[in-house]
Amino acid sequence: MSEHSPEQSPQYDREADRAVVRDALGVGIGVGLYGVTFGALGPAAGLSVWQTCALSFLAFTGASQFAFVGVVASGGSPIAGALTSVLLGGRNVFYGISMAPHLQVRGWRRWVTAHLVIDESTAMGVTRPTSHQARLGFYWTGITIFLIWNVTTAAGAIAGDAIGDPEAIGLDGAVAAAFLGLLWPRLDSPVTRTVAVVVVALALLLVPFTAPGVPIILGGLSAVALGLVWGGRRDD
Amino acid sequence: MTDVWWGVLAVCVGCYALKLAGLSVPAVVLEHRFTVRATALIPVGLLAALVAVQAAAGDREVVIDARLAGLATAVACLLVRVPFLLMLVFAAAATALVRLV
Repeated sequence: MSEHSPEQSPQYDREADRAVVRDALGVGIGVGLYGVTFGALGPAAGLSVWQTCALSFLAFTGASQFAFVGVVASGGSPIAGALTSVLLGGRNVFYGISMAPHLQVRGWRRWVTAHLVIDESTAMGVTRPTSHQARLGFYWTGITIFLIWNVTTAAGAIAGDAIGDPEAIGLDGAVAAAFLGLLWPRLDSPVTRTVAVVVVALALLLVPFTAPGVPIILGGLSAVALGLVWGGRRDD
Repeated sequence: MTDVWWGVLAVCVGCYALKLAGLSVPAVVLEHRFTVRATALIPVGLLAALVAVQAAAGDREVVIDARLAGLATAVACLLVRVPFLLMLVFAAAATALVRLV
């Protein structure tokens, strides 16, 4: 499947491969470590250590995990939390589509590989010049994050469980900061910036009139409407 | 099982199913222009709503409290490109300090 051009020497390829793995490890370790924040937030939101760890092991998609915990922490029902979380996980479908031609996985390999389809593994894979390097970047990043993310989640959850009062150390402020940190890189166009401002206003307007969690779901869905209106104008 | 466990289970099953769908479904179905346009802004919308609610929502009311100091700290950190984990530490510290005062 790899598309090595004939003029590239094997030596050159090995060096390029090593650079891809090095980058993947750097991103993987950096991202994996902040699983400790997710771990600490779980018990703060009222989840048990096991529930917190189950999310990192089985859902394994950071923003969606934070979303579930965030909604539950703000008093929303677990079902509202799950709905928000799964809606946010929808982007992984498109990551899968963009990686599928490089991965070419079938049978049990597809079932295992699917679990590694997240923001960072896709970002470190999809930009590579060859499918061979795309796979290297994807798997090294995905597996590194999976291993570290789960260990740090457990550590954070046990520590968070022991701390007791999360608000005394400002963890609720850190959750807002975490969502902002995830949102920030997406605010790279006038369209996304406008959507963000409109949705913030809409969500705050809805807070007094709806059950906790509902402003978040309606905010996300209003982005669908805005996407249909503005997405077209940007394309045409 | 408690409600929270059902929620956790729904998240795990739902998120995995979406990942698997991306690797399994023929690209033409989901790369349809309408689907792409309709869904492209969902992450931005959800994350913006999560920021707003997490920073300023109380029990069915909008409240201005120490969390806003944490958020302002986060903005400052993001502007000068402080690493993610460090930004969270600063934001938590700012929230806790303002709450003490």
